[in-house]
Amino acid sequence: MRLSGLQRDVLSLYRKCLRESRKKDAIARPHFESFARQEFEKSIGLDKKDFSTIEFLLRKGHRQLEMYSSPGIKDIR
Amino acid sequence: MAARLTTRAFTGLRPSLRMQAPLSLGLRSMASVASTPSEEPQPKTKIFHIYRWNPDEPASKPRMQTYTLDLNKTGPMMLDALIRIKNEVDPTLTFRRSCREGICGSCAMNIDGVNTLACLCRIPTDTTKETKIYPLPHTYVVKDIVPDLTQFYKQYKSIKPYLQHSTPAPNGKEYLQSKEERKKLDGLYECILCACCSTSCPSYWWNSEEYLGPAVLLQSYRWLADSRDEKKEERKAALDNSMSLYRCHTILNCSRTCPKGLNPGLAIAEIKKEMAF
Repeated sequence: MRLSGLQRDVLSLYRKCLRESRKKDAIARPHFESFARQEFEKSIGLDKKDFSTIEFLLRKGHRQLEMYSSPGIKDIR
Repeated sequence: MAARLTTRAFTGLRPSLRMQAPLSLGLRSMASVASTPSEEPQPKTKIFHIYRWNPDEPASKPRMQTYTLDLNKTGPMMLDALIRIKNEVDPTLTFRRSCREGICGSCAMNIDGVNTLACLCRIPTDTTKETKIYPLPHTYVVKDIVPDLTQFYKQYKSIKPYLQHSTPAPNGKEYLQSKEERKKLDGLYECILCACCSTSCPSYWWNSEEYLGPAVLLQSYRWLADSRDEKKEERKAALDNSMSLYRCHTILNCSRTCPKGLNPGLAIAEIKKEMAF
């Protein structure tokens, strides 16, 4: 399937989240992964043509990722 | 200067309140003027349209919300109207504010098409005209009229806005400046980084990733012009590319909009001159 640029951006954000989860402790890693998945699933019902909303959520996601990827954050519940 | 003028205007308008309760003259009491019961003047209602958008409902679209205020019961400045709306009409309205005298730069917003500080902008007394308030143009919106200035602050950080000096002071205490050298910083040090000028610049709208924008360039010149700074060449070298500085096409929206009456356009021209010769 050919993906649009926006779809690729969303997928790449999700992959970044998973990649950052690998840097956390082995016990905490599934927590981070499921948290990332939950955050994405929150807006699963979004219309795929609602570009401005998706772009906003992408920006928000990047901000969150930047925050959670700091080494000071050990675990998430 | 402008800030001092407005405070004087404010206290001058309401001397009795000042004398009765000098300590309780906080932001909230500023927002609405108590009217005397004996004389009830004709109400001067004015309509305000304010940009609303809530990030908690990302799928909802931004909208304009209309508020009606009686100007007789409101302070003279746009910020007084906003605070009154927040206190008395709609507590969900979100905006940044702090000093209410044009010294902090928090309340920068687009009022009737002009970027300005709400605390320095008088409410036009013409009640037939409706006022429109938007966030700063071409910024990501955090909520309502609160813009996301992360990029702006990042750029400010990139110009190293501090004195770079490696040799010790000759008298062992402090770096001295002559009066003439100090005079060069007038019109530069007053900038409060409200981002009004940068967000009014079309060139900055299209290239905000790489072009520094008038506010940051004015600050950049503030350090270039400082006689005590020893890293002039490094500072110039950092600007010496096609994007950082030379995206300024002297549109001069910056100088026209600056709520503090500064001239970023001139500062940018001075940098260009220093780079050329």
